[in-house]
Amino acid sequence: MRLTCPICGARDRREFYYQGDAVALYRPAPDAGVDAWDDYVHLRDNPAGVRRELWQHEAGCGAWLVAERNTTTHDVLSVSLVTDGTERGA
Amino acid sequence: MRIEGKGLIDRATPVRFQFDGVGHTGFAGDTLASALLAKGVRLMGRSFKYHRPRGVLTAGSEEPNALVTIGRGAAQEPNVRATVQEIYPGLEARPQNAWPSLKADVMALNDLAWPVLGAGFYYKTFMWPRGFWERLYEPIIRRAAGLGALSGAHNPDRSEKVYAFCDLLVIGSGPAGLMAALTAGRAGADVLLVEEDSVFGGRLNAETFLVDGLAGSDWAAQVVAELGEMENVRLMRRTAAVGAYDHGTYAAVERVNGHRGNRPEGAVLETFWRIVAKQVILAAGAIERPVAFENNDRPGIMTAGAVRAYLNRWGVSPGRRVAVFGNNDDAHRTAADLHAAGVEVAALIDSRADAQVRDADYPVYAGAVVTGSAGRLGLKRVSVKTSGGSKDIEVDCLAISGGWNPTVHLTCHMNGRPTWRDDIASFVPTPESIPGLVAVGACNGAFSTSACLADGAAAAGDALKVLGLTPPRSRAVPTAEDDPYQLAPLWAVPGKGRAWIDFQNDVTVKDIKQAATENFSSVEHMKRYTTQGMATDQGKNSNVAALAVLADATGRGIPETGTTTFRPPFSPVSLATFGAGAQGMGFAPQRFTTSHAESLARGAPMIEAGLWYRPSYFPAEGETHWRESCDREVGYVRNAVGICDVSTLGKIDIQGEGAAELLDFVYTNTFSTLKVGRVRYGLMLREDGFVMDDGTTARLGDQHYVMTTTTAAAGAVMRHLEFVHQVLCPHLDVRFTSVTEQWAQFAVAGPASRDLLNDMLETTVDNANWPFMACGPVTVSGVSGRLFRISFSGEHAYEIAVPARYGESLFKCLVQRAESMGGGAYGMEALNVMRIEKGHITHAEIHGRTTAFDIGFAGMVSATKDCIGKTMAAREGLVASDRERLVGLKPVGRDAELTAGAHLFDLGVEFRRDNSRGYTTSAAFSPTLGHHIALGFLQRGPERLGEVIRCVDHMRGLEAEVEVCAPVFVDPEGGRTRG
Amino acid sequence: MDELVAKSPCAGLLPLEIGAVRVEEVDLGVLTTIAPYAGQAAATSDALKTAHGMAFPGANRMTGKEGARAIWFGRDMALLAGPSCDATLAVHAALTDQSDAWASVTASGAGAEAALARLVPVDLRAATFKRGHSVRTLVQHMNGSVTRLGPDSFLILVFRAMAPTLVHDLKLAMEAVAARG
Repeated sequence: MRLTCPICGARDRREFYYQGDAVALYRPAPDAGVDAWDDYVHLRDNPAGVRRELWQHEAGCGAWLVAERNTTTHDVLSVSLVTDGTERGA
Repeated sequence: MRIEGKGLIDRATPVRFQFDGVGHTGFAGDTLASALLAKGVRLMGRSFKYHRPRGVLTAGSEEPNALVTIGRGAAQEPNVRATVQEIYPGLEARPQNAWPSLKADVMALNDLAWPVLGAGFYYKTFMWPRGFWERLYEPIIRRAAGLGALSGAHNPDRSEKVYAFCDLLVIGSGPAGLMAALTAGRAGADVLLVEEDSVFGGRLNAETFLVDGLAGSDWAAQVVAELGEMENVRLMRRTAAVGAYDHGTYAAVERVNGHRGNRPEGAVLETFWRIVAKQVILAAGAIERPVAFENNDRPGIMTAGAVRAYLNRWGVSPGRRVAVFGNNDDAHRTAADLHAAGVEVAALIDSRADAQVRDADYPVYAGAVVTGSAGRLGLKRVSVKTSGGSKDIEVDCLAISGGWNPTVHLTCHMNGRPTWRDDIASFVPTPESIPGLVAVGACNGAFSTSACLADGAAAAGDALKVLGLTPPRSRAVPTAEDDPYQLAPLWAVPGKGRAWIDFQNDVTVKDIKQAATENFSSVEHMKRYTTQGMATDQGKNSNVAALAVLADATGRGIPETGTTTFRPPFSPVSLATFGAGAQGMGFAPQRFTTSHAESLARGAPMIEAGLWYRPSYFPAEGETHWRESCDREVGYVRNAVGICDVSTLGKIDIQGEGAAELLDFVYTNTFSTLKVGRVRYGLMLREDGFVMDDGTTARLGDQHYVMTTTTAAAGAVMRHLEFVHQVLCPHLDVRFTSVTEQWAQFAVAGPASRDLLNDMLETTVDNANWPFMACGPVTVSGVSGRLFRISFSGEHAYEIAVPARYGESLFKCLVQRAESMGGGAYGMEALNVMRIEKGHITHAEIHGRTTAFDIGFAGMVSATKDCIGKTMAAREGLVASDRERLVGLKPVGRDAELTAGAHLFDLGVEFRRDNSRGYTTSAAFSPTLGHHIALGFLQRGPERLGEVIRCVDHMRGLEAEVEVCAPVFVDPEGGRTRG
Repeated sequence: MDELVAKSPCAGLLPLEIGAVRVEEVDLGVLTTIAPYAGQAAATSDALKTAHGMAFPGANRMTGKEGARAIWFGRDMALLAGPSCDATLAVHAALTDQSDAWASVTASGAGAEAALARLVPVDLRAATFKRGHSVRTLVQHMNGSVTRLGPDSFLILVFRAMAPTLVHDLKLAMEAVAARG
């Protein structure tokens, strides 16, 4: 498996650390309530299809990335920096 | 039998080798199989289950029968295919799965018991009594069945892994692969050509075809010579592509030195290549399939294409009197080639009534089939059923062909399913099964040489376009035979006896039918019930035939029946090759502190802490037990001064305007209020509210902090900081740099620590300018360093840091000075004892299931700000008073031993799991107090101080009455630390 | 007063010459990571140019020349190798002394590229990885930095504490390459 880091280019999967669903981008406010926090910390979809994931190019530039990946075909549709504003929009 | 004037072997170079204890001579270029066949050796192995005598079936890596063990002792290699192993001077090969000898194998008795040993025999027979399976049945079965064995000793042979990158990967070097490589190479593409054989050319070396008027093998050699001149082309032979993975990643295994007796120093046996390719052309060819008939497994019966390969490539006729049996025109070539080479062709038997054979000077039986064979250790006779009746024909070799199966395997590695083609009665790759890969030639069902050449050139042209290169204008290819490939499917000749489908796993037509009868009618179920296709050949020779028999038995078509899943690797790869480079020191990096050599010199045993190696204790003369050393070292610190290398703790440099705010968000407590020149202990939570890590953070400047993490969590904390910054707080201007490796840092701990340091520091430190939790720059023996007044031991203590290059030297100085003051170096054991005495937590306590509340640090969670984990930590269940919370434990009788991992029970209850009220996490003998102490988690613990409970270690069989106490055993007021 | 003796990360381990590859420890001088603050990339580059004569390197590149180099070192970070970093840069970037944090070696010779292909999961061939190209990547299991210095010469950096592992890994790779002849 390979991911194309927006900074470093296409690299082998072994350079990356996998975090999980990109839901971690959307931290609720402290007073958002139990349900919002439960969703944020514990509940994850497990779709057969496209999902957004968080990876870190740990052995490369260190950037945290959002990868759009199809779990059935293994296609990587896009990889972008979490610091890119466009990625934050819900 | 060697045939004069034929073959690509080097007759001027004889090669002596041994098989089954007998010496033989072959020629350079021979495989073990060709050399043995040349000597008339047909019996090469015994089958897996019935111990049937077997000889070679094929001439390639798909060989199911002729598996041998190469070499002796630690480096012996089992299950090597004789058809792949090249001979070299001194090669020693042994047959497998036979005792006392290949010719008289006792276990061949299994073969007589065949009526009861069919599919499902084990499942049905060894059910009762239940306990017998592990103790009795399995060991006996394992001894009786099986393949070769490893020596059990450490194998000194080395293998390696290498990364490779290319524009175009061409897999296979038959006419299609060579043409593709040539076309792309000439156009300037960066080409990697891999060929599993020792010679490039594929079937061109095994046939008598002409290409552009040249012998096929000569044309291949000429192309390879041209490719060899190109800087943009890499040629890799003896390299099998074994796996296709995501995003253009392929695995290939190169046999680097398995064909050599004398290997150079440092040489590897095999190389595991990880290849990344932009485009791939799969020209893997096709594998011929046998036809099932009664006793079709005798030595001397082999595929028709293999017979041609032995004849044309190695100059060997596998028999003196040969019959050919097939259902297609291609099989006729075997008869023609043998006849032309002067070998007696006893019969050409074609199952098709309308088969046309021109100019045959040998008996031809159209519309006939072989129904059986005779000859215990080698073929003597075949029975042929013709339209006119039956007859026996004396032969010592039978060449069979049921048609050819494209080698689709790699195209299925990413879940692709092959497509059935009626005209060739086989599967071909489904396009787009592997992104960027195109199958060509015989691998794609195009069987004529001309079609293969055209296919290869066309695919290369397409690949060049994708790569942005210019394809050649002309798509003209060399002239070659373009004979049609015609066949009528024939899978199994009807009969009563056993007709073998899967030679390696001893699966017969009858077994497959039985599976269907017992309702194992799905192909995946049939496979698992009969074990068809499960051995080292992974059903390459048997799969399609097995499906056809199953389809017939279940009344479905073959496409509906479908195939089992082909997974990597395509051909067997030894675990040693998969794990290449990961043995011994290659398993994981070793991280050594600057004091490592000095610690070893002082005899310290090392323990691993993550990747780091740290001294356990420093034995003194006369000490016979680690506890003696540990107790002595604790005494250094409690009474004089001890030195300990603490460089392994993670250190992260944090700078920027947003540094303070970020730390406030990451830690539960506040760091923006920390004064410059001061250190504060911090607690970090995970977002789910549980404790993640702890450590001290020093403020070196207004916008400059250095954070300390635990040794084990350093990497995770760095990742966490980057996550919090990049993901959650990108608005904060802050930068992190790991400085763990920059500084060698030593704890100088004990009542005499300040005296020791003041002897070495340029500026004198005292309680006024360097109080507890102060930090700042210092100069030690002329070197700029940092001094932190922090204490893990509870004593008056410091940590001094210098650039790592001075670490070893400083450690030696510190230890020498400490020794002259009645102290010395201390290791992890003493460090651990002292931190338990002080109730300082480590990851034994913050093990991922404890909260700040549990460890008594609820007050450290600031009420006035948000932080990671704060919201979730406030959940009802995480602050419930009946949670298991941190306490100290001391034995009621002073001499009782306490251990970590013991469970806590109220007095008078049974020691059952449901009565457990908590557990111990850390325990030690405290030399300071003279008895054992422990830290643990107890329900309502802090409310139960002074109560006596029971501590039970079921594992070690220990039991003690303990008193619950506060978790700080020594100097709870902290007077010593501040002194 | 005690005298503290400096010891380099690879002391006693290098040089090593096997076949057509030679691995040597190099003293790169002072090492400073330069991490420009938000919006300060251009100003940092200008200050770097003024003070040390080279621009801030783009991703996967190295600037400067022998004795004073700036090696791209990750997201928003470069490693200044050689001179002591000028204090004027501290206005624009976080500066951190790393002089003792890294083991620095060069691998050179005709087999260097082949030896590194056994350890580094990045295409290091001359056509794609040219002089002055630099990557943060893995060296076997270790996070590191690999830079091409010349046709047959690479600079490799890994954590100081892993120097023995680096030498071990390089040695096996060099032996395997040499044995292929």
